[in-house]
Parts: sequence; C-alpha cells; structure tokens
Amino acid sequence: MTSDAVREALMRPLWRISRPWLAAVLVCLTMVGAALYAWSVQLSQGMGVTGLRRPNYWGLYIVNFVFWVGISHAGTLISAILRLTDAGWRRPVTRVAEAITLFSLMIAGIFPILHLGRESLFYWIIPLPNDRLLWPNFRSPLFWDMMAITTYVAASALFLYLPMIPDFAMLAERSTGFKSRVYRALSLGWIGDDRQWHALERAMKIFAGVILAIAISVHSVVAFDFSMGIAPMWHSTIFAPYFVAGAIFSGIAALILVMAGLRRALRLDAFLRWKHFNNLGKLLLTMCVVWLYFTASEYLTAWYGNEHAEMAVFNKKISGEYAPWFWTMVACNFFVPFILIGVERLRNVTTLCISSLGVLLGMWIERFLIVVPTLETPHLAAASGLYYPSWVELTITAGTFAAMVLLYLLFSKLVPIIAVWEYEHDPLG
Amino acid sequence: MAEETRTQPTRQPHSWGMAIDLDRCTGCEACVVACHSENNIPTAGPEQAALGRAKHWLTVDRYYEGAFPDIKVKYRPVMCQHCEEAPCEPVCPVYATYHNDEGLNVQVYNRCVGTRYCANNCPYTVRHFNWFEAKWEAPLDMQLNPDVSIREAGVMEKCSFCIQRIHRGKIAAKEEEREVQDGDIQTACAQSCPAEAMVFGDLSDPESKVSKLAGSSRAGLLLEELGAKPKVFYLERAK
Repeated sequence: MTSDAVREALMRPLWRISRPWLAAVLVCLTMVGAALYAWSVQLSQGMGVTGLRRPNYWGLYIVNFVFWVGISHAGTLISAILRLTDAGWRRPVTRVAEAITLFSLMIAGIFPILHLGRESLFYWIIPLPNDRLLWPNFRSPLFWDMMAITTYVAASALFLYLPMIPDFAMLAERSTGFKSRVYRALSLGWIGDDRQWHALERAMKIFAGVILAIAISVHSVVAFDFSMGIAPMWHSTIFAPYFVAGAIFSGIAALILVMAGLRRALRLDAFLRWKHFNNLGKLLLTMCVVWLYFTASEYLTAWYGNEHAEMAVFNKKISGEYAPWFWTMVACNFFVPFILIGVERLRNVTTLCISSLGVLLGMWIERFLIVVPTLETPHLAAASGLYYPSWVELTITAGTFAAMVLLYLLFSKLVPIIAVWEYEHDPLG
Repeated sequence: MAEETRTQPTRQPHSWGMAIDLDRCTGCEACVVACHSENNIPTAGPEQAALGRAKHWLTVDRYYEGAFPDIKVKYRPVMCQHCEEAPCEPVCPVYATYHNDEGLNVQVYNRCVGTRYCANNCPYTVRHFNWFEAKWEAPLDMQLNPDVSIREAGVMEKCSFCIQRIHRGKIAAKEEEREVQDGDIQTACAQSCPAEAMVFGDLSDPESKVSKLAGSSRAGLLLEELGAKPKVFYLERAK
C-alpha cells in the first residue's frame, strides 16, 4: 500500500459516523444510563440495596475491580514487554492495547469508590494535608491500592499519549477549524525531525520499563488486599504472582477480541493480519498453561494442608455449591484455549475469539470464586451466609462493560486506532 | 496550712476484658436484648433479617451435638473480642479503628468511610455495617440511650464493651476522688445475664473477678491459634 493509501485507510473512521456506530453508541449509553440510575439508588438508599450482608462484606464490585485491573495488563504486556524485546509485529497493536489499559483502569478505579459506605469521603484515603492532622493508615493494603492505581493510571495515560503525538500533528494538518486547533495543541509542536523522533523512541523505551514495573506492582498490591488478610483461602503467598499472571492472561484475551472487532468494523484486514493474531494466540496459549500451573499449585497446597477453615472453602468450590462455577472456569481458562489454540489445525481468528471470550468469562468467574466463597465461610462457622448479587450490582456490572465499549467507540473516532507512524516504520511487521 | 492531697483518679492503665462461663449460659439471649437497647441498635425487620442483615453486636451462637433424642445444644455468646493484636486494625485505610490505651478496640464512626475490610479480616465476624439509615418504629424511638451516638448509613460498628458505661464509671470515680472498683462498671450484657455467666472487668487488676476467672483452669480463648490475643475468656468444663 502506498503511504497515502495507508493514511487514508487508518484515518477514514475519524471523518465519518456510520449508522452501526451510532446504534452501538446508543445501546451503550442506555446501559451506562441504567448503571448510573442504579448507582443513584444506592447513593440515596444505602448499600443495603446490594446483595451484600454479614459475612459477605465484599461482592460484585470488588470482583469487577480486580477483573478490570487485570484487563489493564493488556497494554502493559503488548506495549511494554514487546517494546522492550523489540518484537516488530507489535506495531499495529500497541495503541489498541494501550487504550484498553487506560480505559479499563478508568473503569476499575470507579469500583473502590462505588463500594464505599460513605463514598463522598473517599479522599480520606489520599494523604492530603488537613486541619485535623490526620493521615491515612499507611499500613493498609487499601492505601497501597490507591497509590498503585493512581500511579498506574497516570503512567498509562502518558504511555498512551506520547506515541499519539506524531499522529496528532498529522491530524492537525488534515483537519480544519476547531478540530485542527485541538489536534495542533495536543501535538505539542511536533515537526517530526530526527531529534524529536529519537527523543520519542528513547522516552518510550524508558517508559516501557517503568510501566512494566508499575503494572506488576499494581496487581501485586491488589492481590495483597486479599492475601494480607487472614480469611481462609485468601491468606496465600501465591496471590501476588497469581494475579499478575492472570492479569496478563485476561489482558491478552481482551486484546484479541478488541482487535478482531476493530478489524471487522473498520476494515483493517490489511493491517491486523493473521501473523498478529497467531502470535497473540500463542501468547494466550502460554498464559493458559501458566494459569493452570498457578491454579493447580494453589489448590493442591490447600487440599494437602487440610487446614480446617481452608477446607470448608475448598470443598465449597471443588464439590459444593460453587462446583459448577469452578469447573466452568477450568474449562474456559484451560481446556478451551488449550485445544482451540494448541491444535494448529483448529487455530484461526474465529476460534481465537471463542477462546478469548471463554478466557474473559473464566477469569471473571475466577475473581468471583476468590472473593465470594471465602467470605461466605468464615473462621466461625456460625457466621456463614450466602451471597446473591442484587439488580443494582448486576446493572452496574453490565453498565461498566458497556462503558468500556463506549469509550472505545468514542476513541476510534478521535484518534487513528493504529499508530500511523508506527505502521509506516515497519509495514511488514 | 498543709496542702490537701488528692488521691489519684482512676488507676492507669486499665485492660478491659470479659469472662463468659459457658457452663452457666442458658442461651436465653437477655444479653442480646440488653445490648440492643443500651447501644441503640435497631432491629432489622423480617425482610432484612432474611437477607442476612440482622445486626447483633452480641450473638449467641448455637452448636448442636448428637441426634434426637440425645441432642445437646451448646451456647456461646460472641462479641468483639477486643484483641490485643486485632486483625481488623492494620487494614483500615483511614484509621477508623485502633487500639486505645485501655485495651479496647475502638471504632470511630466519624472517620469510617465504609470499605468493610475490617469486617472481612475479623476472624470472629463480629463487625457490622450500617446498610441503611437507622430507623425505629414508634414508640421504640423514645427509648434510645442518649449516651450512645446513632451511626449513619455506611459506617461500621461493633461491640464497644459499653465504652459509654466505662466513661461514666471513670467520671463517677474521679468525682468521688477514688479509684474505679471492680464491679463499678458493668457492660449491659453482663448486667442483664440472669445466670451471672458474664463478668466484665479490669484484667490488669489481679484481684478483679474477671482476672480470677480468666486464670481458672476452665478458661480458654476462642480461635486462640490465630494469635489475635482476644480478651474474652470462655470458661467451660473440659470434655
């Protein structure tokens, strides 16, 4: 393809609004609107409108929180790790991945506030100087959460923004009026000389290393919310690496799905080719085996140790009320991807999408199975209780998935989804 | 003229604790009712109770042994154990719960933002959350204890060892220029127990009734192996 044809193809979505796009936006807006309504009910009436109760003090909101932080590792993996290893095939995929990271973090960040009893006072967790000389508790894993996630959001936003600068300059030239002025401002005076290109590449390399470290610390800290406590089957040393590995796993799955969707919707077949899907598929296969290893390690240890309180939770998951969920999770996270991707004859974009969808479902169930059965079966058996999410929690959950799609729909109209300059750097990549 | 000497006010430090004799407890739950009325705990109502929202700072857990007709029931009143190394304290991100210098695990309602992490980390599951604004149907709204604040929706609460009674006892002793005597301060539950199964007092005073009971051969701690160092001693005949 000629350079002009490439630019034309990648920037075409920005200039027109199609009917399917509008319809999708409307559907998403409706779901987000329903979620906002549910939130308002919760704010006005109290947390009692959820399904939470004694002893299940954490539920769907925390499950979603961990899930979305996990998805955010898509960008970190692709952009950061593949940048550091100089994998050329990453180029058309980086911005898609980085956008997934930023948007899923924005959504994840809602939940710690949403699940608070007194939401308007969430800022007390931030160490702001105040008249009462009160600091937050630095020993609390929730404080570490706040530090880690805000750092990650800031870093991801920058990591997404920096490589958009050359594209903003190009967009400024090709648009007119108000749009052109906005793009021009966002391009920070980019003229594309050698010095600036070198600076950009160097900045991205440094940033890739930094954001990798931040991402690992973030999901470890989220894991510490559980593993630092003494609740049965939460107090496990494997949680930090388990969550990081699971995050990379679900991040790749989300990326494959988003890529397949964009390729279809924006007709990017020339840019997002089989090579990219194949490589991501192989990464997904690797992570599915790693996931199995960590999961088997965790459950085998719990079972062999036979500690009383842990076994109550263990049995609930393996053979009790949550057994159908547990084995569905194993099927979705291991068997489906292992077969559909492992057997090369079966591997194609469709089966990759099926595997990815399965992995996203399986990973959501995994988060659910981490949070809920443990809280239902506390140390003192007399305090046990069952958790059923209410319509408020379910509506908000659905709304956040719609919000993710909505953010992506809007993003694809403002910025080319494949970094034009990255593509032109290595068109055969 | 000789200066008048004042006796020292209340002895510092206190270390408040309880002893509960499970061989005396009949499971009548008078203590639960007393706790409700002393601490302004609203009843949840049948629908909310069915959803698991019944709020009792003190629960009397029932354990059944054997099968009919040889069935035995054991009762164990469980409230906040005011652990010396409470797992709930380090995890609160805003310091709404901490250990005061009299050995109480205090819950500061005004500071709590409602993350509910403390409740998850309590192995005794004695912490409760205010799911809605508290409401009392008339005329129950006229029997509220003015010494105890009404908690707003969204904050955690739990047994405080009737801290308002502790304060009242210490103030009374100070006014009378004497020390707090064992038996001056009684928690609502201990006061209402018809079997005198619950004793509250100062564990740092070796002569107090609670200290003597805590030293008995029948005394043990709940979930002692977790190392939280609870201060409620349960007395029962060893099997």
